[in-house]
Amino acid sequence: MSDSAPATTSTPVSTRVAGFVKQPLIVALILIAALLLLGEALSPGFASGQQIMRLLIVAALLGIVAAGQNLVILGGREGIDLSVGGVVSLSAIIAGNLMAGENSGIPLAILGCIATGALFGLFNGIGVTLLRIPPLVMTLGMLGVLQGLLVVIRQGIPSGRASPGLANFVSQPFLFGIPGILWLWIAIGLVMAFLLGRTVFGHRIYAIGSNEQAAFMAGVPVKAVRIALFVLSGIFAAIAGICLLGYSGSSFANVGEQYMLPSIIAVVFGGTPLSGGKGGYTGTMAGALLLVILQSILVTINIDESGRQMVFGITLLVLMLFYGRGRSMRA
Amino acid sequence: MTMASAPARSQNRSALKRAFERYPFLPALIILVVLMVLNGWFQPRSLSLSGVTGLIKTYLALMFLAVAQTYVIYAGDIDLSAGAIVSLVNVVIVAVMTALGGDGLSVMAALAVGIATGLACGLVNGLVVAALRLQAIVATFATSIFFTGLALYIQPVAGTPAPAAFWRTYGGRILEIPFVFYAVVAFAILLVVLVRTRLSLRLLAVGDGQQEAYQSGLPVTAIRMGGYALCGVFAALAAFCITGDTASGDPLVGGKMTLFSVAAVVLGGSALAGGYGTVVGSMIGALIIGFINSLVFFVGTPSEWQNLVQGLAILLALMAGVLVGRRARA
Repeated sequence: MSDSAPATTSTPVSTRVAGFVKQPLIVALILIAALLLLGEALSPGFASGQQIMRLLIVAALLGIVAAGQNLVILGGREGIDLSVGGVVSLSAIIAGNLMAGENSGIPLAILGCIATGALFGLFNGIGVTLLRIPPLVMTLGMLGVLQGLLVVIRQGIPSGRASPGLANFVSQPFLFGIPGILWLWIAIGLVMAFLLGRTVFGHRIYAIGSNEQAAFMAGVPVKAVRIALFVLSGIFAAIAGICLLGYSGSSFANVGEQYMLPSIIAVVFGGTPLSGGKGGYTGTMAGALLLVILQSILVTINIDESGRQMVFGITLLVLMLFYGRGRSMRA
Repeated sequence: MTMASAPARSQNRSALKRAFERYPFLPALIILVVLMVLNGWFQPRSLSLSGVTGLIKTYLALMFLAVAQTYVIYAGDIDLSAGAIVSLVNVVIVAVMTALGGDGLSVMAALAVGIATGLACGLVNGLVVAALRLQAIVATFATSIFFTGLALYIQPVAGTPAPAAFWRTYGGRILEIPFVFYAVVAFAILLVVLVRTRLSLRLLAVGDGQQEAYQSGLPVTAIRMGGYALCGVFAALAAFCITGDTASGDPLVGGKMTLFSVAAVVLGGSALAGGYGTVVGSMIGALIIGFINSLVFFVGTPSEWQNLVQGLAILLALMAGVLVGRRARA
């Protein structure tokens, strides 16, 4: 303690270390490292290069959905998008039918899916801003519509196949031995960091998320920004749906449902509180990875599905304690 | 816009406003009546005694779960584990009844265990959300995974039949009147009692402004925990109904009900932000969902289109409810 005390600053090292460790991204990274070690201890080979690559691919699917979720949550006013799961499923089905196993159909599939995702995002955004329906209600209702639409499109028969090119993009090495989907995820991470940190649009998101009234007074087009957030959420979910099709080969019933609440948890584990206004996407990427590694460890250890779920639920609660808890009441 | 008509109009408006303030579920009630008329129009038998009995039999569970959700939403919280509690209590009571032989006494014992299970789950939720101050949406999602795990442990796959004594009573008649009507009357009396308790009012006070409630001396944490405990108990009652209706145990039976319970609360005119709402509205909201589903069937929608039409109708009803409710209060 005596020789390490810094003379230049008044805060003691221990406090600064504590502050550093409390940053959500650092928490997530430490937890990821700990879980990888635990996984390796429980089942040797868990943290091998090949395994980690597989974990990253699964995490990328969740992470891309969580990008849109993150934007909506950052925008504040109880921002949340429960319809992402429905959009992921719908997009996977549309992509599968538009490409029907042919590489030549990929551009049309991408275009069709992104347009669909954007359209549903636009509906959500309009409902939330112009009609002032609470986001939870609006997107919950939209989820019901999407699930109904899935039944109509599927007509009870699984349809549509991924083209070989799309399947390779998701699971085979693309550049420097890394699959294309991971490059895509990295690109999304860079775009999000740039968008949130360096653009007017990004600053406006934080502005409406932390104090909508003040942002409005300062001339921020609050409604337009919020609509854009929901549109982006729909687009990201649609992209994830296309990638999910490439990952699983064909689209089956409600594949996207598994992303609805985990995408929200990834955002929370990444350090963006549900109240919005602060946080960012880098943490969310770590949060998605953390969630996927945790699930993977539970699959590795040899227990029943019931035990797995119980451990998963408890672990999620314990992990949540690491992140910001609500303020205690003060008189 | 003449000078003479302005005061009269504002008086009219304030009378309407007062009516909405006193009965926030009025818009929902109007939607419900319209839906009932439409149901009767397309299928006259749907409004007969057996038609209504069938509808209540199916949707009584959702009515209970909507009420359960309401108490949590009163305080501005939410419970995404409500459906998982239903599943857990469902498999618990079927297991207890079967283990004890399936006669009347074992049913009573099973119901007591079921209530205790629901209460325990509610207290766990209250502990993590109110005492540990985790965010309600993600924390109750985590507990829902845990409760589902417990349900799967007790009964790994669906299909264990419930003893006949149980479901025969639920689907049967006492003195020529279907049992579910007694259940509805008991339900109503229970709610009337609860409305008069301090807890309902205090939950609304916390939902209206947590900080203000705390500063005026209310034990906010205990009140929020009370809301979750009440939610757990009502989820257990919902599980009894669903066990009576399906006559079997299914570890995943309630999963789909969670989001419908939230939708029913909103349809009933309660504010998701808390501080404003009625349990009667939530019951009406649950019935609205039931009548929408049956109406879509009665008008002859092709089977693959039914889910979409139901989804659209519920979305429209949600939007209409929020808009009308706000206009009435403004």
